Amino acid sequence: MSGSFSVFTRELKLAWSGGGGAALPVGFFAAASSITPFAVGNGVENLKIAGPGVMWIALALASLLPMERLFQADLEDGTLDAYAGSGIGMEGIALAKTLAHWIATGIPLAIIAPVLWIMLQGPPEASLFVIVFSLIGSAAFFFFGSIGAALAAGMRRGGLLIALVTLPLYVPTMIFGAAGLYAAASGGEWAAPLMLTGAAALFGVATSSFAAAMALRTAID
Amino acid sequence: MVGAGASSLVLEVENLAASRGLRILFEGLTFRLSGGEVLELRGPNGSGKSTLLRILAGLTRAHEGTVAFKTAGEDEPGRHYLGHLDAVKPSESAAEQAEFWARYFGRDPAEAVKAMKRVGLSGREQVPGRGLSAGQKRRLALVRLLVEPRPVWLLDEPTAALDIEGRALVTQLVAEHRAGGGMVIAAIHGDGFAGSRTLDISTLSIGAVA
Repeated sequence: MSGSFSVFTRELKLAWSGGGGAALPVGFFAAASSITPFAVGNGVENLKIAGPGVMWIALALASLLPMERLFQADLEDGTLDAYAGSGIGMEGIALAKTLAHWIATGIPLAIIAPVLWIMLQGPPEASLFVIVFSLIGSAAFFFFGSIGAALAAGMRRGGLLIALVTLPLYVPTMIFGAAGLYAAASGGEWAAPLMLTGAAALFGVATSSFAAAMALRTAID
Repeated sequence: MVGAGASSLVLEVENLAASRGLRILFEGLTFRLSGGEVLELRGPNGSGKSTLLRILAGLTRAHEGTVAFKTAGEDEPGRHYLGHLDAVKPSESAAEQAEFWARYFGRDPAEAVKAMKRVGLSGREQVPGRGLSAGQKRRLALVRLLVEPRPVWLLDEPTAALDIEGRALVTQLVAEHRAGGGMVIAAIHGDGFAGSRTLDISTLSIGAVA
């Protein structure tokens, strides 16, 4: 137990220090949402139609960005060998690392989400809802993404494989999350999509570390 | 130093075979090693020394055969595996990494300070991993052995990149470990450890105490 917890705190620090990659997804999310009005036109009606969907896509793709290095760095420098060789379960390592990187990246993503939301002509009173949705959605994207990250850990330029493996797993979160954002934008019923997005996220949290652990054990074999 | 039950520590390897891809590295390897003994793995590059160590560490699956570590107690004895990669993070300072491993094993971070001193990294605590030389990184990897006493040490070329003083340190750590009833299996080129048995992995011949 002390093993997984110490890995969690270490990763939390590493995510924002020198080699950490938490800034990139946040920048990507902000950039992708900011340039949307230039592509779809800045008319209020256009943005109301495209805005929530584009924002949700940007969140999903931003969450994919750090996945390539999630386990790869530890595999390359021998840290995974050291973890596995000391008898600790790979499930705990996968869970600790994914959770730490989600907290380090998911929270900043959720904080800037309402700013982008208002920029895309979303109603400001839904801001709190957008924060909650972004937190839950990024959790789902990170945990499902960790499966692809583990499968591609042993590969050079495994990013394409991660996208191929992960994007189908993103689909339920994509559908429910976007439905929730559109409901919030038009003042419709958002409780059901929120719960379904939450269910997808919980499913990801509960299952992904087992799948990722299996892939990691194969990667170090 | 190693804890209760180490005196009855035994490793039994039976009919072990290892493969890399389609190639069989070795097969029919059978030996027995007790606590307090050191086994040197010898053989040319690519003969399977690292693979054997990885199998013993539980990282790689054996092609066939069995590996059993036994002690008087019910539990499997704890193992340390030091591979040829040092598991040093470029952005963390040496002290942070030593303390991380102490916490990882549930130990007091003060153990890390003692271990850093022992491996000769005093004065280098604040240097980030990327600023350490190859030998210093290896010394930092040795910290793992010291912060958490475990009966079985599996070392893959522990003296690689180390200077004369560093080699002497490893020799001394190994001697202390076996004196405390621990077991050491080390892949090594060049000078070995006094009083150890040797296993030539290319011929599978086990030498007596050297």
